[in-house]
Amino acid sequence: MIHQSAIDAAGRQAAQIQGLFWFFIVLLGGIFLIVVALMLGPLFCRHRGLDREPLEQTHTPSIETERKLTHRVGWATGLTVLILLGLVVLSVSTGRSISGGNPPANALTVEIVGNQWWWYIRYLNEDASRVLVTANEMHIPIGRPIVIRGSSHDVIHSFWIPNLHGKRDLIPSHTTTEWFQADHEGRYRGQCAEFCGLQHAHMALWVVAETPAQFDSWMDLQLRPAPAPSDAVKQKGQRIFLDHACVLCHAIRGTTAAAEQAPDLTHLASRSTIGAGTLPNTRGNLADWIADPQNSKPGNHMATVALSREDMPPLLTYLESLK
Amino acid sequence: MIARTMEETRDVLSRTWSSRGGLAGWFSITTHQEIGKRYITTAFIFLLIGGIEALLMRLQLARPDNTLLSAQRYNQIFTLHGTTMMFLFAVPVMEGMGVYLVPLMLGTRNVAFPRLNAFGYWMYLMGGLFLYAGTFSNSIPDAGWFSYPPLSGPQFSPGKGLDVWGQMITYTEISAMCVAVELIVTIFKMRAPGMSLHRIPMFCWAMLVQSFMVLFAMPAVMLASTVMLVNDRTIGTHFMNPAEGGDPLLYQHVFWFFGHPEVYIIFIPALGMVSSILEANTQRGIFGYSAMVLSLVANGFIAFGLWVHHMFATGLPQIGEAYFTTASMMIGITSGVQIFCWLATLWTGRLRLTAAMHFVFGFIFIFVLGGLTGIMLASIPFDLQAHDTFFVVAHFHYVLIGGALFPLFGGFHYWFPKFNGRLLDEKLGKLTFWTLFLGFNLTFFPMHVLGLNGMTRRIYTYPAEMGWGPANLLATIGALVIALGGIFFIVNVLRSRQSGAVSDNNPWKAGTLEWEPASPPEKYNFELQPVVTGRYPLWEAPEKRAAVTGMREDRREVIVTSVMDGVPQFRMVLPGSSIWPFLTALGFGIGLAGSVVWFSWYFVASALGMFGLIGWFWPYEPGEIEP
Repeated sequence: MIHQSAIDAAGRQAAQIQGLFWFFIVLLGGIFLIVVALMLGPLFCRHRGLDREPLEQTHTPSIETERKLTHRVGWATGLTVLILLGLVVLSVSTGRSISGGNPPANALTVEIVGNQWWWYIRYLNEDASRVLVTANEMHIPIGRPIVIRGSSHDVIHSFWIPNLHGKRDLIPSHTTTEWFQADHEGRYRGQCAEFCGLQHAHMALWVVAETPAQFDSWMDLQLRPAPAPSDAVKQKGQRIFLDHACVLCHAIRGTTAAAEQAPDLTHLASRSTIGAGTLPNTRGNLADWIADPQNSKPGNHMATVALSREDMPPLLTYLESLK
Repeated sequence: MIARTMEETRDVLSRTWSSRGGLAGWFSITTHQEIGKRYITTAFIFLLIGGIEALLMRLQLARPDNTLLSAQRYNQIFTLHGTTMMFLFAVPVMEGMGVYLVPLMLGTRNVAFPRLNAFGYWMYLMGGLFLYAGTFSNSIPDAGWFSYPPLSGPQFSPGKGLDVWGQMITYTEISAMCVAVELIVTIFKMRAPGMSLHRIPMFCWAMLVQSFMVLFAMPAVMLASTVMLVNDRTIGTHFMNPAEGGDPLLYQHVFWFFGHPEVYIIFIPALGMVSSILEANTQRGIFGYSAMVLSLVANGFIAFGLWVHHMFATGLPQIGEAYFTTASMMIGITSGVQIFCWLATLWTGRLRLTAAMHFVFGFIFIFVLGGLTGIMLASIPFDLQAHDTFFVVAHFHYVLIGGALFPLFGGFHYWFPKFNGRLLDEKLGKLTFWTLFLGFNLTFFPMHVLGLNGMTRRIYTYPAEMGWGPANLLATIGALVIALGGIFFIVNVLRSRQSGAVSDNNPWKAGTLEWEPASPPEKYNFELQPVVTGRYPLWEAPEKRAAVTGMREDRREVIVTSVMDGVPQFRMVLPGSSIWPFLTALGFGIGLAGSVVWFSWYFVASALGMFGLIGWFWPYEPGEIEP
């Protein structure tokens, strides 16, 4: 079961919104039923005293009837105003409590930059050596506030992990922020929510919420440069990578590949999907993806790199070693 | 002057108000009935096209990983669907109903500016043809009906599709502005003597409010789409280019300053239709006339104060957001007042359960549900979750189909005898209603759940693991049921036009003036322009009825009355039929179409348009008008 739902909260922000949602459903659902009952009522029973009135001639009920109606409509309107006023207060105060004020000082700040059609993710840190760049899959520690600083590299995207919080647009030349906190471990899926062109449908990202200890060890691993190829096949694979057009867009830290046009591949094998959530990260899918990137995600910006039949296995072996 | 017999009078009137026969004559017609019918017919054809587009999308989404449509086709189709429904169907069809009904309801013979009216229709038609000419020459917009830059800008949407989209809006907005201007003047100055402000039929109030909204909203979208977007694309202005100091958010503000009122521009006329249908089918005047009028007007004002609720996710400062939440929820008050007044009318009337009434019941059910989800969406925290998901798709189809399409269908069943002189088949009408009602809820109710479960809008496919398959399949089945309802409707219209029961002047025993003349009315509407003494003239005692005499029949005379009290002020001679509005629209149309390819064609548009306007305004003596 994939977690991508606004009513299956795993963090406090989403939980508060979920509470608000159910409150709305009960209250407004009740109002809806009352209105429908009032609408269907005249089909089954008549207003008392109406039969005695010669409506076909007067086309207006008696003044008495009209006065009674005026009272009822007045009351209903007054009640509507009160209910709406209450909802405004409730809504604004919920808004304040989930995103008002500054995030706590111990927050982890993550920069998210939208690209057609993948996510650039950078963990900020005062210690420059602990700044981490990755893509399409972010790990976060539970119980610690996460600040998202969002922007875009091309068109407008929207960052949305429904189990954790509502969405925040990523707009070129603007920086938008939001903060949230995951309270339960789990893997949560999100996808771009603002139409961003051809492959908007295939722009997902995964958030892995784990214990602080697990997160720290993940972070330590990710901060390391890519493992050096340990055998001849992997060495050959690395050479193939570096000799082809791959390096024009991708980076693998620890090698000469350092471009940022496309997802960072330093620890590609540690991620669960490829193509921003398009395919599970398996050897077969990776082979298909490299051989014909336009097959499963037509129109994406990855070029088809001409590789000979013999080149593919070592390249795959190398990429699979990038744990 | 020698007194004429009634027969002779009719004869003279008929000749005065006809236009020449033949093809040139057909292009010269300026009577509001004919223009109104053209609007409605054209709009229904676009509804059919937009509906087919919707079906294609539903078929694509029926199951996960479907490959019926490619990503690009799907994006093009949802863009065309939204654009067609909003600009080429919903607004024009309401305008058309207004153009047809308002002069009849007010007891006059045509709209204030008949030639402008014809011009507006031709611009609209050309805009629609232009968009689909682009489509069939593979210049198809694919950035959504909202076309946010930078996606819609020159860098990310090369090709001509987006230019066609932007320029199409110019046509349809010019058309909407024309109708707005002439309806405002008609409603203010051409009411039957005695029709003071508090006697105006509710539908005319709705059209008045709608027209004012058009007047203020449409320039905003022309600014966004034509001035900023098309110019960014064609001559490299940088209104929205962040690299050159432009701002993509600016577009969103201007677009939604139009875009939100646009929704009310579509459903406010529908609210007027609901009132008309209710009055006739309960045989009582609408309850709370003044409250209804005031809430319509208030709706019109508030509509301009809540555009930011389309932009909550862009992260604006909180204080402003709270203001827009409050403004959005206020719509609940004005809509609530209307619903309560309708319920009060229902409870105290002699209910007649016609097909049109079925649609009114369906309208209340669907519209209230859509309104309540609207209140939820006004709440920023919830909106941040629901925004740009299928929950929103469900919401606005509930308010737009429930709030506008159901009343429109109801109104169509109700006024059809006036349009054609024959009644629609009631049984088939009720069957149409039930099919549409069930199909509608089957299609759109599951979308609420889909949205909450994370299904975002405008995605051409989704993986099976998401678990969205069953609800989507249900929605697709619902869409097919809606299509069946559409077929019932078309069959009913085509059959009843030929062989429906012949209608008398006032088949529903309604009280408003459009039911006084024959069904369908003569080109001059009323032999003698009526004088009114109450809100429902046809419900008045016959001895209290009066009419204006002493008008000349050999020229197109109408009576002009005062704004507040409908006191007769003078007679006005309306211009005769003319082909020049058509030629002017053609000139502008060709120029604007060319401008998509060559910017210099704006000069061609100006020159041709100027040429047309010279012919249009060529001086004439009022007496000279030849039928």
